[in-house]
Amino acid sequence: MFAAEIFMHRFLLYSPVRTLNPEEADWFYTPVYTTCDLTPNGLPLPFKSPRMMRSAIQLIASNWPYWNRSEGADHFFVVPHDFGACFHYQEEKAIERGILPLLQRATLVQTFGQRNHVCLKEGSIIIPPYAPPQKMQAHLIPPDTPRSIFVYFRGLFYDVGNDPEGGYYARGARASVWENFKDNPLFDISTEHPITYYEDMQRAVFCLCPLGWAPWSPRLVEGVIFGCIPVIIADDIVLPFADAIPWEEIGVFVAEKDVPKLDTILTSIPPDVILRKQRLLANPSMKQAMLFPQPAQPGDAFHQILNGLARKLPHPRNAYLKRGEKILNWTAGPVGDLKPW
Amino acid sequence: MKLSALQPIRRANSFRSPSSAPLDGGAAPSDGPLFRSPTAIFWLLLHAICCLVSLALGFRFSRLLFLLLFSPSSSPSPPSPPVLLLHRRPDLPLSPHPPTPFATPNATGSRVVVGRHGILVRPWPHPNPTEVMRAQRILDCVQREQRLQYGVKNPRPLLVVTPTYPRTFQALHLTGLLHSLQLIPYPLTWLVVDAAGVGAASNETAALLARSRVPVLHIRFSGRMPLRWSDRHRTEARMRLQALRVIKERRLEGVVVFADDSNVHSMELFDEIQKVKWMGAVSVGIVAHSGNPGMVAPQQLSKEEEENSPVPVQGPACNSSGQLAGWHTFNSLPYVNKSATFIGDGAMVLPQKLEWAGFVLNSKLLWEEEEGKPDWVRNLDEVGVNGEEIESPLDLLKDASFVEPLGNCGKKVLLWWLRVEARYDSKFPAGWVIDPPLEIIVPAKRTPWPHAPPELPSGKVATSQDPLEKRSSKTGRSSRSRRSSRNKRKREPQIDTHI
Repeated sequence: MFAAEIFMHRFLLYSPVRTLNPEEADWFYTPVYTTCDLTPNGLPLPFKSPRMMRSAIQLIASNWPYWNRSEGADHFFVVPHDFGACFHYQEEKAIERGILPLLQRATLVQTFGQRNHVCLKEGSIIIPPYAPPQKMQAHLIPPDTPRSIFVYFRGLFYDVGNDPEGGYYARGARASVWENFKDNPLFDISTEHPITYYEDMQRAVFCLCPLGWAPWSPRLVEGVIFGCIPVIIADDIVLPFADAIPWEEIGVFVAEKDVPKLDTILTSIPPDVILRKQRLLANPSMKQAMLFPQPAQPGDAFHQILNGLARKLPHPRNAYLKRGEKILNWTAGPVGDLKPW
Repeated sequence: MKLSALQPIRRANSFRSPSSAPLDGGAAPSDGPLFRSPTAIFWLLLHAICCLVSLALGFRFSRLLFLLLFSPSSSPSPPSPPVLLLHRRPDLPLSPHPPTPFATPNATGSRVVVGRHGILVRPWPHPNPTEVMRAQRILDCVQREQRLQYGVKNPRPLLVVTPTYPRTFQALHLTGLLHSLQLIPYPLTWLVVDAAGVGAASNETAALLARSRVPVLHIRFSGRMPLRWSDRHRTEARMRLQALRVIKERRLEGVVVFADDSNVHSMELFDEIQKVKWMGAVSVGIVAHSGNPGMVAPQQLSKEEEENSPVPVQGPACNSSGQLAGWHTFNSLPYVNKSATFIGDGAMVLPQKLEWAGFVLNSKLLWEEEEGKPDWVRNLDEVGVNGEEIESPLDLLKDASFVEPLGNCGKKVLLWWLRVEARYDSKFPAGWVIDPPLEIIVPAKRTPWPHAPPELPSGKVATSQDPLEKRSSKTGRSSRSRRSSRNKRKREPQIDTHI
């Protein structure tokens, strides 16, 4: 899910848009693998990510003049973690921390997008979470296999480890889906991990993409690739590449408070609307825009990110600071973050 | 020290009673030290009690209390005083009191509230039948569109040939086949060849077929179904040939499928056979029914040798370039001593080497004087005359190498062959309806039929009324009912205890 930061780095290493001459560069990229700090279990640990990022910025600020001349306004960073540059997976903590102060002028390329949220800066580029393209290609089934599942979902409803009573995880939306529809024959939902997950998605008409701890989910990408209409249950979410992909026309948006009426909502969509959505989803360029293939292909997610960056050019005049002017506060933020990594 | 001790308590204070929080928060510092200790001790005690209760219950009951008291899901705008207090102090991770939901600090009209939400469950969380029907209609629409886009373009009609005869399990098998055929999305004609004699028996098949929603051609066959399995296979072959003759005479167009009434067909079979040009072969899984529990039960299919594969499969075999190289047939040698000889004797029924069900033909192969008809097929009029035995459709051809292997070159098993029959002398109510209902039903403590298998009428192929009469005279005990129905317990029987 977070592998986008690695693949973006690799893509830019050999890409024709890369220049080795900093004077002619429009954008500066610093690869920082903040999610590669893993727990003993192998899960990513965001606690030290701010320190990592800070140390990286200190490094580039002290060795090259380009950071200081704009205080990061022409730099961009890839932060595909749960709440982007707030560097925490719990929403309350992430909101408290806010975006790392050093990054307040830089452009952030992140998966997290929610309107009116601290962790979404204006001008950020929202990207889809990484989903492995080869693995998905390997599980394709013939397109004439009839779609016989009405609604499909596999995943957690209650996060028993972190929120055993429910109500926090997914703002209660996933738990609500389970409680309302576990007996419903139209809803094929469970917490199992089937081997035929991708094949089952291709046999379903609707795929639920409810929020988890963060509003975004790799199910969105999987739904688009496999032609399953995504049912997005996340209030105020900002979807990736919203200017290139017409999400309103290919997906169904359900407010979290309407989850108990989900079956009514989905069954009352007229069939011709559903067929139209499926036709739009079958468009290969849309599927390509969601993927991070290696090596890069035309029209893929890397291309869309570069498009997003290109749209922000030329940099505004206040990007470049006058001599001696300083905006960033290098000592802002919790004391623990100031320790060098 | 006192201040730091009071800090958590003041916070606890504010969490517990939000309406009085500012007062307390404001009032506490102004109190004298004497006043502080009883309140401090009180809150400490309360804190301790809450912890103990939570320990006992196993969950944080205060969260439940809070949920019930404040139901945050219905009030997106929480009371403001705790918001302000929470802002100023960082959250203690060990606090037993839940933080109230608070809006994001720079909320400019955001509807999203962080924190605990209620789980919304509607009062009747069960499916609504109208909605289920609507969903089925949507699925139907989607599948029709899929078929239009990716399925077979210009599908050809199907001609399904089924030999049948009236017997105990005919209703079971024929209804099953009927329902399978009703699901097929292509136009089809069902040719049912019926080996019933004259009399009441000949109308049973007709009664079953009357319920069909697919067009049926009921062809009466002028023979009787013999009792031995070997003879039955031959008679069935003759019945199928008669159906083929009908197709030839009427110049019916389509793909001919041999669907026996007791076989199990997958829907993919009917999609696959649309690809046939002249004659095709599919793989048939053989479910050799066994009445003996000592036999190994068939498991998942595999296409290895007979010894390794628990389920034998008959069908085409291909070489590496995908062309027909030979045939996988059924090896009946291991089962020869245990196989069934006559219908309904409870032993395993073995198929022929190559069953008719595994072959499909283009009906134009049967027409006479058809242009483009390949020359490797025999004229149908010459087949089967002068006592020639037709074992499989390959006998209709002069050269069997032109058969097209279907179903991914025979790797996909698209239908299952099995024969399940009741004893030929078993009685059953006509049309499986008991009318008028029985007055007295006696539970039989032992079977009215002796365990010895019924004697075969020697030399005679027909089995008509004589065995029936013989049986009914022996079953005197339960002869009060017109038909023996020892399994029917629909109504409360008057139990005859002196059995």
